[in-house]
Amino acid sequence: MRNLVRTVFAVAVVLALAGAVTAQGQLNGAGASFPFPIYSKWFDVYGKAKGAQINYQSVGSGAGIRQVTAGTVDFGASDGPMNDDQIAQFKKDRGMDIYHFPTVLGAVVPTYNIPGVSSDLNFTQAAIAGIYLGKITKWNDPEIANANKGVKLPADDIVVVHRSDGSGTSYIFTDFLSKASADWKAKVGVNASVNWPVGLGGKGNEGVSGLVKQTPNSIGYVELIYALQNKMPFGNVQNASGAFIKASLDSTTAAAAGAAKDMPADFRVSITNAPGKTAYPICSFTWLLIPAKFSDAGKRDTLKGFLNWMLADGQKMTQDLYYAPLPKEVVQKELKAIGNIQ
Amino acid sequence: MATATTAGMGAGPKPASRSFSARLIQGDQVAHVVTFLFAATVLLLVTLLVIILWTHSALPRAKFGLSFFTGRTWDPVAEDFGAAPFVYGTLVTSALALILGVPLGLGAAIFLAELAPPKISDGLTFVIELLAAVPSVIYGLLGIFVIVPFVRSVLGPVLIHTLGWLPLFKGPCYGVSFLAAGLVLAIMILPFIVSVSREVLLAVPTDQREAALALGSTRWESTWKVVVPYAMTGIMGSVFLALARALGETMAVTMVVGNVTEIKTSLLAPGYSIAAVIANEFTEATSDMYLQALIELGLVLFLVTFILNGLARLLILFTSRRGGTA
Repeated sequence: MRNLVRTVFAVAVVLALAGAVTAQGQLNGAGASFPFPIYSKWFDVYGKAKGAQINYQSVGSGAGIRQVTAGTVDFGASDGPMNDDQIAQFKKDRGMDIYHFPTVLGAVVPTYNIPGVSSDLNFTQAAIAGIYLGKITKWNDPEIANANKGVKLPADDIVVVHRSDGSGTSYIFTDFLSKASADWKAKVGVNASVNWPVGLGGKGNEGVSGLVKQTPNSIGYVELIYALQNKMPFGNVQNASGAFIKASLDSTTAAAAGAAKDMPADFRVSITNAPGKTAYPICSFTWLLIPAKFSDAGKRDTLKGFLNWMLADGQKMTQDLYYAPLPKEVVQKELKAIGNIQ
Repeated sequence: MATATTAGMGAGPKPASRSFSARLIQGDQVAHVVTFLFAATVLLLVTLLVIILWTHSALPRAKFGLSFFTGRTWDPVAEDFGAAPFVYGTLVTSALALILGVPLGLGAAIFLAELAPPKISDGLTFVIELLAAVPSVIYGLLGIFVIVPFVRSVLGPVLIHTLGWLPLFKGPCYGVSFLAAGLVLAIMILPFIVSVSREVLLAVPTDQREAALALGSTRWESTWKVVVPYAMTGIMGSVFLALARALGETMAVTMVVGNVTEIKTSLLAPGYSIAAVIANEFTEATSDMYLQALIELGLVLFLVTFILNGLARLLILFTSRRGGTA
């Protein structure tokens, strides 16, 4: 009996200590899966350097917004900014504001599989919108052919592929399509999941690229990182200035820089179709969602420390993982905004 | 009852104890209580599931009512939701899985139970039952890398060429289709049908077979006309177990069905299913209405399964009354 009491006491002490250790400034976050690789790396490196433990679960942007509103996690992450309704809901439920902090940039590229065509195709904005609306049905349509003089395009039907699962990639792509085509904006709209007029659905970047690789005369859209890592061919897209730009880390950062001048103070901005000669038109920020007030000073300081580190050293690590770093103008603005977190 | 036995067996002056603790020490009462609790827990879980599905789908139920079942659009932006394409897809892929899987499975079970030498029967059954342990994602990969290209390059063109006049086989074939999903599901439900049917067939008493043979029937006649009808209830049970798996299958279906929210009569056309759309869109569903619409889809699937199981019970009741013995 005495032994039993001793064991229970010992276990209780160990658990209490473990609880105390983990409670000290441990942060929990959840949200977008697109930036998960870079967030994992950042939290790991920062954690080792400063002894802080930041735990992140990539459950999806929607779930991230829901959990940070419910207070289950200390911060959220989303590929699309919270809309006004969601911010109002957060204010109502938690009694404070929520701040958006852009962390990295992502881009979406059109990938295709046309037997006999090995060069990079140029896509006008009208071409991509028309293809995804189902209005342009053949590869040798004038809208596509005129931008690709010298390339022999077949008279075959275009097989359109999109994402079946809700995702930030679809959000960025539909945001671009809404700007490229008023028709798309009216009929379909912008969201992580939309009612696609035409096309097959693939699950995840892997699903889309798998379908495109297997189906001749198909076109799909994937994240730039995915295309680069898997050495997939992708086309050039015409930007707002009329130039055909191939997506790259540089052209993505250029798009954000172009949009930085008119950026609102809360960083909730769409940078698709950004101005600038070298800007790639289909890109977007991904944001960390941070509540305005923290009751736990340890957590607040850890988070502020992380944000400062992320905007300086963290940005240097993005290129290795094929993420585009934030432009300097945005970094400056964010460093100032960190002071708002109480 | 326990007290009666103790009273009967206790041969001495010790009176039969009627206290609860004494009854409890006897195994019977404990077993009675414990197994009752287990059964009640299962029932409770099902009820809880229905309650949660019901209460968490209040918004779309209020907005759409019964038109949710007939609506053909699934538009998260305009928040216009309809379940028809998904219900259609679920029913078509499951029906196809049964049509393809049951003859194959039953045939295999009959061979393994009746016609194969015992060693081969045991060995093959072991291998077939292993199929049930394979995760459905692996079947999805099998679907993507083997079945979809097969349907696109071989099966689709052959069907269009020979039976293209039927509305069932019209239209362009991309590989991802109801047919591909039906094929993958058929492979997945095979182990259930084969192992359960084989057990049931083996359990048919030898006198039934011997009686048939004695009356002059051939081996096949005795199997098909006597043994199989005798085991029909059990075989139907295995079919409905397989159907339940096919209805709820998520990953394997979403990887090969094409994920297109449309109702098409052609089996070569891509489609969608309830489980697939829930798996695809649940994590990124941002608005409450959207999330609850997905939960209502879950409720619809529950309802479909419930109705089909009810029909199954009726069918078993009908056939067992008619001819076969229960």
